[in-house]
Amino acid sequence: MDLPVSIPLLAAGLAGGVLVGAAATWLLLATGRIAGISGILAGLLTPVSGDVSWRVAFLAGLVLAPLAHAAILAPPEVAVSASPVLLVAAGLLVGFGTRLGSGCTSGHGVCGLGRRSARSLAAVATFMAAGLATVYATRHLFGG
Amino acid sequence: MRALAALIAGLLFGLGLTLSGMLDPAKVLGFLDLAGAWDPTLAAVLAGAVGVTLAATPLVLRRRSPLFAPSFQLPTRQDIDAPLLLGSALFGVGWGLVGFCPGPALAALSVVPGKASLFVLSMLAGMALHVAWSAWQRRTHRRAHDPGGITPGLTGRP
Repeated sequence: MDLPVSIPLLAAGLAGGVLVGAAATWLLLATGRIAGISGILAGLLTPVSGDVSWRVAFLAGLVLAPLAHAAILAPPEVAVSASPVLLVAAGLLVGFGTRLGSGCTSGHGVCGLGRRSARSLAAVATFMAAGLATVYATRHLFGG
Repeated sequence: MRALAALIAGLLFGLGLTLSGMLDPAKVLGFLDLAGAWDPTLAAVLAGAVGVTLAATPLVLRRRSPLFAPSFQLPTRQDIDAPLLLGSALFGVGWGLVGFCPGPALAALSVVPGKASLFVLSMLAGMALHVAWSAWQRRTHRRAHDPGGITPGLTGRP
């Protein structure tokens, strides 16, 4: 099979995924909370006393992690090709959509599927389909 | 203790995302582009992550309580309703436009601060919009059941 990705990159993907799964499992075991990034972040917009510090700590770890990766291995490659206008539009859609839909790739994908939740499976199928359709439209129908 | 545990979880989560290459919107868009040069990496990441949670979550939930909190706080809803599907569809469109979902976008703040913060601030604005919109919905819903408008507390915190 002719893949645009090398086997080591795929193996790194699998290993990184295992780490993500382990992180979500650890958060559940230690704090009893779901590692849904959109939910953890949104909880800070309507703060409840006693429910803030763990959110801030988790998000701080998430933001600092690439620096640790850069120090130990290599600086990560991040290629953002989108224009500022597109970044704003996409950010608004992702922010509103993940709250209306109660979760994102982590909460519904990593955690919800792991809990065998039918709601999460429906959510994952829907955002995957919408993402695929959007990329098809932007790359193959209009321009690209 | 709970915050320290959450910090470790966030670090591990972010390291996993970084190691797998998922901070890079180009790789995410490559996965979503079935008609182009398809990049299967995201499928490998999801398989690794869900493999672990599928196996480990039932074992964790056998416990009476988590290590550093009184109880597990899990979603209880089972119904597949319109907001779930509509919200997920809106999220998927935004995801496909740029290649950022919330986790990688936050982690990317320390790599490409300018572009990532523009996305993250807009995402926060979208979330705040949802807070305001659901508060407005609750008010109009209550008003519909209370035409006299005499129920106290309608103007309070959502």
